[in-house]
Amino acid sequence: MAIDPTRIRRYEHGSRVPGWDDAVDLTKAPAVVPDPATTPVPAELRSEIEGYMARYPDFRSAAIPALHAAQRLHGWCSPTAIEQVACVMRLTPGYLTAVATFYDMFSTTPKGAHDVFVCTNISCSLRGADRIYETMQRVAGSDPEFHVKPFECLGACDIAPMASVDGEYVGPLEEADCTLIVEDVKAGRPVLRDKQLRGMKTAGDR
Amino acid sequence: MKPLLFDDIDQPGLNTLDVYRRRRGGYEMLAKALEMEPADVLAQLQASGLRGRGGAGFAMGTKASFLPKGDMDKYVVCNADESEPGTFKDRELIQKNPHLLIEGLAIAAHAVGANKAFIFIRGEYAHQADILEAALDEAKAANLLGGLDLWVHRGAGAYICGEETALLDALEGKRGNPRLKPPFPAVQGLYRGPTLINNVETLMNAPIILRMGGEEYAKIGTERSTGTKVVSVSGCVQRPGNYEIELGIPSRELIYGLAGGPPEGRAIKFWFPGGSSAPVLPGTDEYLDLPYDFESMAKAGSMLGSGAIIVVDDSVPVMNVAMKTAKFYRHESCGKCTPCREGTNWTVKMLERIDSGEATPMDLDIMASICEQIIGNCLCVLGDSMAMPIGSMIKHFRPEFEAHIEAARERNGLGVAVPQFNRDEHAGPMPALT
Repeated sequence: MAIDPTRIRRYEHGSRVPGWDDAVDLTKAPAVVPDPATTPVPAELRSEIEGYMARYPDFRSAAIPALHAAQRLHGWCSPTAIEQVACVMRLTPGYLTAVATFYDMFSTTPKGAHDVFVCTNISCSLRGADRIYETMQRVAGSDPEFHVKPFECLGACDIAPMASVDGEYVGPLEEADCTLIVEDVKAGRPVLRDKQLRGMKTAGDR
Repeated sequence: MKPLLFDDIDQPGLNTLDVYRRRRGGYEMLAKALEMEPADVLAQLQASGLRGRGGAGFAMGTKASFLPKGDMDKYVVCNADESEPGTFKDRELIQKNPHLLIEGLAIAAHAVGANKAFIFIRGEYAHQADILEAALDEAKAANLLGGLDLWVHRGAGAYICGEETALLDALEGKRGNPRLKPPFPAVQGLYRGPTLINNVETLMNAPIILRMGGEEYAKIGTERSTGTKVVSVSGCVQRPGNYEIELGIPSRELIYGLAGGPPEGRAIKFWFPGGSSAPVLPGTDEYLDLPYDFESMAKAGSMLGSGAIIVVDDSVPVMNVAMKTAKFYRHESCGKCTPCREGTNWTVKMLERIDSGEATPMDLDIMASICEQIIGNCLCVLGDSMAMPIGSMIKHFRPEFEAHIEAARERNGLGVAVPQFNRDEHAGPMPALT
């Protein structure tokens, strides 16, 4: 995955602040598997992760489901969240951080509680997704409750342009829908009930 | 043609075990398969000529026959990490008929002698994964799976995990990096055991094949592209959506007949026949009249891929589509091997140069040569998947790219571009190194 250019700190004249590509601090001892005695883990999270670990021939397969569970609980993959997963799975936090940074759905920086993923890939952008994303960003981008993100193809080009709001697929969106999405989420209502994908018939019968 | 997979797909309650069994004869074919010898089930799948519906189009029965016989731990993995831009067939199939997938997967597991199976579904499909898990719980409670240990595994958002070996790494709890092949997954896959990996739609065809008989199924479609295909049509068409067709119908009928064609007053400029990884084809009669099947698309210089048609009409500059495509692959490149990591990055940079007016037509040649050098030189086909559509856009729409370069230069006051560098004229033997 390409390095996210926005995470490289730069001086005003444009050159990069030294240290941007430092790998690790080699004078520091590497993080080891957390000690259960000093790492409190919520009982529910522990039992959920242990349930996942029992499913697979190799317990490490539970890494992604476990990180999902920790992110749900903590809001993002915070160092505490990763440490708790590492403690239950008996892995190093480094291993789990490597996994968490690979996948788009895990966030290793704090984020808003409500995910709004706006698809900006080819099919959606042919139907005006970039405008929808801009509007969504204007309406909710600075709201700390929301996490607005342009996303790669979400697999719903039949309702393009579309977005996934807390996992609920809605579309085809118009610019006016962006405000409605924010209102619905804030009121705790189902989002854009008429535009949800879940109730739609197949294209031939629509 | 009577649809096979989309047959009354909106029947209320089809996602429940009760309706699936009572109205569709659900799990009868699994019961039949469990009474048959695994080799006979495999023979039926091979006779059907069914080709993989995920993108590569490899014969499913043949792939299953590559798994070694014997008592070792074997696995079946269903690839439901549908992330190819323009593809959304598996989403609708899982959401509306999850039991058909579970039944098909159990049949495939019996055929290859596996007792552990996983459905790897992309994390974004939360609703579909919930439905699938509910269906799986029902099937397990009714004790229908015949000793198969089956789980739904949710991914976390990475296009590369649709590549089979990257999917296996993700399923093992690692970063989703593709592995070097060979060994192929059929010999050494999940947890180093023999593994059969198939797409959702491929596995869903297994119960249908057993019901019809392999040879009867092979009569649908063309000689080498048998069966039906769910095609996702999207982009500049009036009725985007999933349509089940018999392989081999004219592409025009699919785009104009079923999906309604481009908006009023617009013409098709070009189209992707098989997802964003497929080389584009111009919207001329020559290409629109081609039969939609694996061979014809390959012959025309493109591919059927995952069966996702993206239509682009004449109001859209080709630059916009090229930029979207290249940026997508740059973002999704896992970075494990150099040609893809660097090639996708530099292609985006060069497209940005074209947009900002700093390019000359020679850059198009360089871009085309980057594409040539990516193809076939990577661990997996992600790099090729960018190189093929971008290369084909340059090939078919070179004058438009050149006009774009000139316009951008003029806009930015950079004057006329230097004359084009002719590679053929300057090509000669490399000077000897002394």
